[in-house]
Amino acid sequence: MLTKTLAELAQGLRAKNFSSVELTRALLQRIEASQSKLNSVISITADSAMAAAAVADGQIAAGNAKPLTGLPVLHKDIFCTAGVRTTCGSRMLENFVSPYDATVVAKLRAAGMIMLGKTNMDEFAMGSSNETSYFGPVKNPWNPALVPGGSSGGSAAAVAARLVPVATATDTGGSIRQPAALCGVTGIKPTYGRVSRYGMIAFASSLDQGGVIAATAEDAALVLNVIAGFDPRDSTSVDLPVPDYTATLAESVEGLRFGVIREFFDAGLEPAVERAVRDALAVYEKLGATLVDVDLPALPLSVPTYYVVAPAEASSNLARFDGVRFGYRCKDAVNLEDLYKRSRGEGFGAEVKRRIMTGTYVLSAGYYDAYYLKAQRVRQLIARDFARAFAEIDVLVGPTTPTPAFALGAKTSDPITMYLNDIYTIGANMAGLPALSIPCGFADELPVGLQLIGGHFSEARLLNVAHQYQLATDWHRRVPAGWAS
Amino acid sequence: MFCQFNNLQDTPQGNVYDFAHTFRNFRMSLDRAQIQSIAHLARLSFSPSELQVYQESLSRIVDLVSQLEAIDTADASPMAHPLPGLSQRLRPDEVVESDSHELYQRNAPQVEAGLYLVPKVIE
Amino acid sequence: MASDASTNEWETVIGLEIHAQLATRSKIFSGSATAYGASPNSHANLVDLGYPGVLPVLNGEAVRMAVKFGLAVDAEIAPRSVFARKNYFYPDLPKGYQISQFELPIVGKGRLDVVLEDGEHKRIGITRAHLEEDAGKSLHEGLGKLTGIDLNRAGTPLVEIVSEPDMRSAKEAVAYLKKVHTLVRYLEICDGNMQEGSFRCDANVSVRKRGASEFGTRAEIKNINSFRYVEKAINYEVGRQIDLLESGGKVVQETRLFDPDKGETRSMRSKEEANDYRYFPDPDLLPLEIDEAFIESVRKSLPELPDVKAARFCRDYGLSEYDAGVLTASRDLADYFEQTAASFTAAGPSTEHAKLTANWVSGALAAALNANNLEIGASKISALALAGLLRRIADDTISGKIAKDVFEEMWASGREADAIIDAQGLRQITDTGAIERAIDEVMARSPAQLADYRGGKDKLFGYFVGQVMKATGGKANPAQLNELLKKKLVG
Repeated sequence: MLTKTLAELAQGLRAKNFSSVELTRALLQRIEASQSKLNSVISITADSAMAAAAVADGQIAAGNAKPLTGLPVLHKDIFCTAGVRTTCGSRMLENFVSPYDATVVAKLRAAGMIMLGKTNMDEFAMGSSNETSYFGPVKNPWNPALVPGGSSGGSAAAVAARLVPVATATDTGGSIRQPAALCGVTGIKPTYGRVSRYGMIAFASSLDQGGVIAATAEDAALVLNVIAGFDPRDSTSVDLPVPDYTATLAESVEGLRFGVIREFFDAGLEPAVERAVRDALAVYEKLGATLVDVDLPALPLSVPTYYVVAPAEASSNLARFDGVRFGYRCKDAVNLEDLYKRSRGEGFGAEVKRRIMTGTYVLSAGYYDAYYLKAQRVRQLIARDFARAFAEIDVLVGPTTPTPAFALGAKTSDPITMYLNDIYTIGANMAGLPALSIPCGFADELPVGLQLIGGHFSEARLLNVAHQYQLATDWHRRVPAGWAS
Repeated sequence: MFCQFNNLQDTPQGNVYDFAHTFRNFRMSLDRAQIQSIAHLARLSFSPSELQVYQESLSRIVDLVSQLEAIDTADASPMAHPLPGLSQRLRPDEVVESDSHELYQRNAPQVEAGLYLVPKVIE
Repeated sequence: MASDASTNEWETVIGLEIHAQLATRSKIFSGSATAYGASPNSHANLVDLGYPGVLPVLNGEAVRMAVKFGLAVDAEIAPRSVFARKNYFYPDLPKGYQISQFELPIVGKGRLDVVLEDGEHKRIGITRAHLEEDAGKSLHEGLGKLTGIDLNRAGTPLVEIVSEPDMRSAKEAVAYLKKVHTLVRYLEICDGNMQEGSFRCDANVSVRKRGASEFGTRAEIKNINSFRYVEKAINYEVGRQIDLLESGGKVVQETRLFDPDKGETRSMRSKEEANDYRYFPDPDLLPLEIDEAFIESVRKSLPELPDVKAARFCRDYGLSEYDAGVLTASRDLADYFEQTAASFTAAGPSTEHAKLTANWVSGALAAALNANNLEIGASKISALALAGLLRRIADDTISGKIAKDVFEEMWASGREADAIIDAQGLRQITDTGAIERAIDEVMARSPAQLADYRGGKDKLFGYFVGQVMKATGGKANPAQLNELLKKKLVG
């Protein structure tokens, strides 16, 4: 029961092979037991989960269950959950109990899914290794001396260790795809505006997007079916109908044109990673896809562009954390300025402060044109490159990360080294494109991810392409040692 | 521009992008006064030693992003939103909220008579 | 303070920034109510409080109201405008930024014509007007060493109207301010309540030597909440700056507060000088696009604007520009006037009745409203009822003097004019014979005064008028009385 996919578990519940209460209890125990090894969750909501499981069993028995009724999910601790602590991985919100549900959370709750807890994450989603969390780093289940990636490290590690079949996550510069790649699981970042950002604590508003991490593309499709859709509470939410993402999974990829992004096969790409990615591309060729090399010359500018735009937006988004209405407040503030400076100085970790400072700088008088406006122009160039490519290409492909998982502490001394982890993933956020990562092999016995990027609102195609690969291979079925049962 | 990332340094960790190597003894792009002024604008407190660390890392980041200066963007307008061509939706003028201040103020550090309290502000 | 002589060598330059709260039901970016005076934080929802994860959604009515204003001042309506974040820290600003508009405001250049006290016309330029959200309120009293924050007001829609620095005196500034005040109330986009803070004014004041081409350094006087204070504050500030410059000092660009008790402006030392607001387009809001169809639908909903109405009053009712201006100061007053004037006869208003109506509406009625602190909508005498009274003056049933008494009685009792006139027997005596008899009687019992008058003491005419009026209970038609008395006294 425990290492089954969401689809398999749904079948099992319907066939009454086990109950939701049994499943929930077992997974809660598994999560609890895993904490000392992985530290993948910040909060476990055992009581409410068991209560909800009992209700779900009743609905299943009465025959009025929905497709996902009684099935477990973990939410990244960036999603506000009513009545439940929502920390965003930060001391600033250590004791913050959200009074409301994020739209993503509400939708999954309405679909009958049972929240088992909130996953660990880089503080305020700023990081690529889940080492900046106030609640301690998350360990990679493939090798606990290594990072799981970030910022959705907790969600990726939890799914990889089969603590849950699916977990929600968010992606601003690669925070779903990169940890999915490092943990050997599937992660999808939908098109910007496809999933509501209401209740998703904001990092960089024009880049953030909520998505899902699962073991399979099929499972991701099941969840995306629920969380995608127009939300009137989010002005950037797009009003387009949501297709049934599972309906087209079985289509053949024959005849599809795959664009291999030349710029991603640069000197920074580790040879073993490249080998695994090329092997994956060979599988697609066998399935009937045509591979074509494409050039996206502006893409290498992703990192500097991102590190202007994202911190700028973040510096403004995080200004609301001031110790006045919620969140951490320093002790014995002598005046207002002291209240602000020490509440924020003590409440935020180093990386968050670094990005707030960077963002404040690039927006400040005299620098706005040279940095912020310039970066937004370069962003246009990146978006244009993608648009040009998609005029002739169905799916863009390449590696998700330049290396497999690295050691805890290896990159924390220099922020720039850490930033370069996102070098292949940032482009899709810049252009608002949907992208996913699927496991495609191993490098030095560590998982490697293949990245697929599609045109706007082509999630169905991406999931279909991913699913076809997962029918022809079994990388996605591999479970790290010690976590298989 | 991208060539900077090709400064391959084979370090013991196998880390190919070793910026630390490249920039070890460089002149910092931001001075202390600038850092202090940014910290003030952002309402962040720093100890003097922290300030030093931030000065270094911020200067490195500024150098990283200054690479954008050389890029020709003459015919590219600033892209504020990733999906082009969309415009703001208008909401009908309806009151849809009710008084929930008690619930919301459960998270407040200091409240009295429904007011959020802060150290006195003199105007 | 500067003497008159030095004021002549100095020129005052004033620009006004007006913040008008829009009269929408809900806030600009959230569905909270905009009601005033509620208990603290009872109308502050998660979006208003800047809670983690919340997002703004734009109120369409606020957009309509801003466009209404733009059309009313003949301004360009931007086909595409952008919301920007103005970043600064203050406890009444929950998100740590205010959503406003910076480089691309919804309303561009426009203008407003004002009439000054001496009748002179002046055109004041409007630089722009934009939409933004209001901040909350800080309460400093009664909390010891603490300040209390109430966020009910946070998120209320504002339109900020920026004038060109076209005003050259405090009086001009007040005239412009009053005109904008009238306009926003005409358009029903703002209730103009300055005490409650729904109509606020900041004044940018500078001086320069007459004839100079450059502007002097300006000081900004914030949040002045009455027309009287605007005038006082500007005059004080002008004097302060002139004194400063004349004694060799320099005017500092700063923000100042007006202290109404002392009648002075003083520097706001605690507020950040030269704040770097780091404006950038708000990524949570998409560009606002307004097409011709939208503009046309708003244009169709515009009421007759004050200037057009005043011009029509002059043309159709023969009123003076001054009278028309007074009557059109508020739409309700103008409507009341028209309703009254129209109720005279079935044939509709005439110029003669219009003047009479104008005098009474802007005279006795206005005085009664003011004395009882009432708006025209709460008048104890309806337009129809007033018309009833005025009709009786016009047809000589009662004299103007008696009419004033009837008016008082109508206000107090709510009864109609005719009922009061009949009940109190106030009809004017217009019967020539009756008046002549009264005159004869008075003449008969006043031989000495008659002799004196005939002997040259013209002043005694008044004595006879008074006596006849007394004898007739004040009801003799004054015009007739005068004419007949003149004839009879001569002999």
